[in-house]
Amino acid sequence: MLKINNLTVAHGAIRAIDDISFSVEKGQLAAVIGSNGAGKTTLMRTLSGLKSAENGTATWLDHNLLHGKPEHHVRQGVSHVSEGKSVIAQLTVEENLDLGALWRRNRDEAKATKEEVFHLFPRLGERRKQLADTLSGGERQMLAIGRAYMSRPALLLLDEPSLGLAPLVIEQIFQSIRHIVDSMGVTVVLVEQNAMGALKIADSGVVLNLGRIAASGKASDLIADPAVRTAYLGF
Amino acid sequence: MAISMVLVWRSTRVVNFAQAGMALLSAYIGYELVARVGNFWIALPLAMILGAAFSAFIEFVLMRTLQKHSTQGAIAAIAPIIATLGLLGLIRATIGFIWGHGDVQLQAPLSKVGFKFGETTIIMNPMSLFVLLFVITLMLIVSIVFQKTNIGLALRASAYAPEIAQLAGIRVSGIRTLGWAIAGAAGAAAGILQTVNGTGALTPESLEFSLLLVFGFIAAVIGGLESLPGAVLGALILGLVLAAVQIYISGALVFIVAFLLLLLVLIVRPQGFLGSKAGRRA
Repeated sequence: MLKINNLTVAHGAIRAIDDISFSVEKGQLAAVIGSNGAGKTTLMRTLSGLKSAENGTATWLDHNLLHGKPEHHVRQGVSHVSEGKSVIAQLTVEENLDLGALWRRNRDEAKATKEEVFHLFPRLGERRKQLADTLSGGERQMLAIGRAYMSRPALLLLDEPSLGLAPLVIEQIFQSIRHIVDSMGVTVVLVEQNAMGALKIADSGVVLNLGRIAASGKASDLIADPAVRTAYLGF
Repeated sequence: MAISMVLVWRSTRVVNFAQAGMALLSAYIGYELVARVGNFWIALPLAMILGAAFSAFIEFVLMRTLQKHSTQGAIAAIAPIIATLGLLGLIRATIGFIWGHGDVQLQAPLSKVGFKFGETTIIMNPMSLFVLLFVITLMLIVSIVFQKTNIGLALRASAYAPEIAQLAGIRVSGIRTLGWAIAGAAGAAAGILQTVNGTGALTPESLEFSLLLVFGFIAAVIGGLESLPGAVLGALILGLVLAAVQIYISGALVFIVAFLLLLLVLIVRPQGFLGSKAGRRA
């Protein structure tokens, strides 16, 4: 499982993540919600190795997430989809996917994974030779998730996949994420500003406020919690 | 030359001004190798390998250190370019120190007498034909590697979006070094072929190599920094226009016309003839 203990991450003098602890069980979907500047993205960048921590520990199974570069973590089964549709616009859909599996030795398995992605997101299969630049926002997000899935992760870190998308498309993306957890046994940490949508599909949730944990627990309990409702769910 | 600048640009986003210095150094190394091995056809690939190694070394030592010290802001964007300019001066001075400032001669391995068709002799000769074929082959190989292979995909991804490439599991820093190595080999070939196809004379302050740098860069921009065929097309267009200017107007105008062409392209079509718009946006 994913274990985070007393993690502190600083941006210069500001503590973006201030002494937080939580854990996510294997095969579960955890939503991390909170307003802008709560430290959600910083948390994700730290877990994937893009940013270094000041203090604390973070481990996935027996793998130390606070040590080593992102390309190292990918090989240990930890994939990160960064904020803002992380695809490479100048490459084709298929090239973006292939990129995610370049490090894998077994080419046949990589090919099979690609077919899985096309099965999960048929739209990508239809557009495999198109440049990623020509895709819609929703398709780009599918491609970003598909690219991360190409490395066959055990832990998938998703940073705001709903950003800038229409409600219907968000619904579709969220369903696909739930599908990845249920059918493929992937553990997912989902960072979202769309708190209600994320909690609805999640098993557990963590509410971040100014770098600290304001509330945490089962997703259904958080939805029912009056304090969380007024502050983060807007009713 | 344009090819090798585009290569470094594509794999690392650094405009490498030291490329001309490396080409010049490679030409000298080629000269030294020809003198020792006695065979041009062995010396050429050897010099290319050394050029690749040297270029990779520069990336490994200089560029990586620079990146470590400044990761953000204007300095990070400019420091590597200025460093390559400094390196250019350093290489020239070192060459002067080792081989002296006088001329050395690098003999053409093939005849430079034009082909004859009956009574008429054309300008194309075995040497220039070889250079032409060599450049076309090199371009084809590099294009195929970039577009069709996994290494090429890694090179392109690392150039366009290093962070995403990293998250996808690409060892970006190693791929960058490789990009520089390939460019170094291409630059070495350019340096040697340029010399033997020209007068054969080499000096550290060689004007020809300054021209090579300036024109290589202009050709790369004209064709589009993103695009390899663009670099070759740019070089062709530039070469034709300059030759026409030289023959029909005056040799003194060559520089002026080259820069005017550069400015014109930058104003009218900043992405170059074959550069894509998407390339600029990212």
